[in-house]
Amino acid sequence: MTELFMLIAAKYNYCLYVILMMIGLYAMIAKNNLMKKLVGMNIFQTAIILFYVSIGFKHNATIPIIMGDHGHGGHGAAINAADYMNPLPHVLMLTAIVVSVATLGVAMALCVKVYQRYQTLEEDELRMRLSEKIKL
Amino acid sequence: MYWSINLVILIFVIVCALGAIYVKDLLATAILFGAYSFMMCLLWAIMGAVDVAFTEASVGAGVSTVFFVAAVFRTSRRTKD
Amino acid sequence: MKLLSLIVVCLTGGLLLYGTADLPDWGDPNAPASLHLSNYYIENAIRDTEVPNLVTAVLADYRSIDTMLETAVVFCAGLACFLLLRDFTPKKDHHYRHVPTGVILHVKNPDRQVIVGNEFEDMDKEWLPPDTIIKTVCRMLIPFIQIYALYVVAHGDFSPGGGFQGGVILGSSFILLAISYNLKYLLKRVSEKFLGILSAAGVLVYMGIGLAAMVLGGNFLDYEKYAPIFGEHHIRALGMLGVEIGVGMSVTAVMVIIYINIVSEGKHDEGL
Repeated sequence: MTELFMLIAAKYNYCLYVILMMIGLYAMIAKNNLMKKLVGMNIFQTAIILFYVSIGFKHNATIPIIMGDHGHGGHGAAINAADYMNPLPHVLMLTAIVVSVATLGVAMALCVKVYQRYQTLEEDELRMRLSEKIKL
Repeated sequence: MYWSINLVILIFVIVCALGAIYVKDLLATAILFGAYSFMMCLLWAIMGAVDVAFTEASVGAGVSTVFFVAAVFRTSRRTKD
Repeated sequence: MKLLSLIVVCLTGGLLLYGTADLPDWGDPNAPASLHLSNYYIENAIRDTEVPNLVTAVLADYRSIDTMLETAVVFCAGLACFLLLRDFTPKKDHHYRHVPTGVILHVKNPDRQVIVGNEFEDMDKEWLPPDTIIKTVCRMLIPFIQIYALYVVAHGDFSPGGGFQGGVILGSSFILLAISYNLKYLLKRVSEKFLGILSAAGVLVYMGIGLAAMVLGGNFLDYEKYAPIFGEHHIRALGMLGVEIGVGMSVTAVMVIIYINIVSEGKHDEGL
């Protein structure tokens, strides 16, 4: 029991990230309104990005911008890799944020189009109106 | 030192996310979503990911909130759930 | 339905938590993510490219094909928004407001085209009186926002920033103009055709730099083949700057296109 507690205390941040992801997933599945589903999708995306970026963190390391006397050609002090944070997750997540905003834009356009056609954004009312159309 | 401020801002983030999907007014959802984006940006700035924090500040808390408010303006503002 | 989804979510969360038990501790410098390739990038980026910002160096030089396809994705999103919502049917009823007296003319279903004099202005259905404070403050702030956006694009090599961030800030300065004045005010200055050409030109600039490197005899997006034209010194940093400018152009245009189409439902007449 105490070792379970020690495990949770050492990795508490992963627990909180998983909780955030599950909030987003719940909103995507269970909410009725289309806009709330979109908010849930975006919460899920940013929680995954947070999880990924936290992997690249190193204690006692600085931001990944090399400063100081780098000079021309890099003939300064030797660059120690443990002094700088890992830049690779940052790069990949930059692309992920760009893609998420593009997806949000197109999804909003789809919501506006659905509202123009059916005058509602709630999922159960949409289903009712769609089934009425098919019955005719 | 990192762990305490991280814990506090993570609690804020979770509260903002829960609030954003719970309220029944879509404009309030848009604003809470902007606040959630800002808190995420702070979290990444503390972890040292300055480029990612800059992008999230300009995209999530800027343009994304504007798109949301524009879409709410053209559809309905109340929601049943 | 909600109870079922709650159970599914809790099960998934439990599985994920069980999986995190094997992950390395937070901040461990010996974690596998920080060992193999990123050490090479950290130690050799200055020597190869002479750009201090490691994230920009990896994004625009070592992994530049990813960024090119991400720009293409942003362009496709703008295109999709335009194709979904744009409505070219002309407006049926017009409202005109006589500026000196405030009288409003409502013309419904004109058979012929209506031409008004200079004292009338076009107005939306929901017209608000112009607010002096908002107009003045936004009018004074917008040039500074645009200069800041260009600064962020140009200094992506030395400080946090880059093409994408600067492009979003420049796009939001145009959106601020549309919000504080009028959507038609923005569309008179920045026409839709210009935005469409700008967004495609951004992707074209990126691919053009890559293809021209191939024509000059190297690999795709090999910046070192431009050395006979621009000089040997800092050639990879200059190639990165050109590529970031392409990304910035495309992102600016796409943000403004998406905003205009969402807020006016494709008709480009009224807005927020």
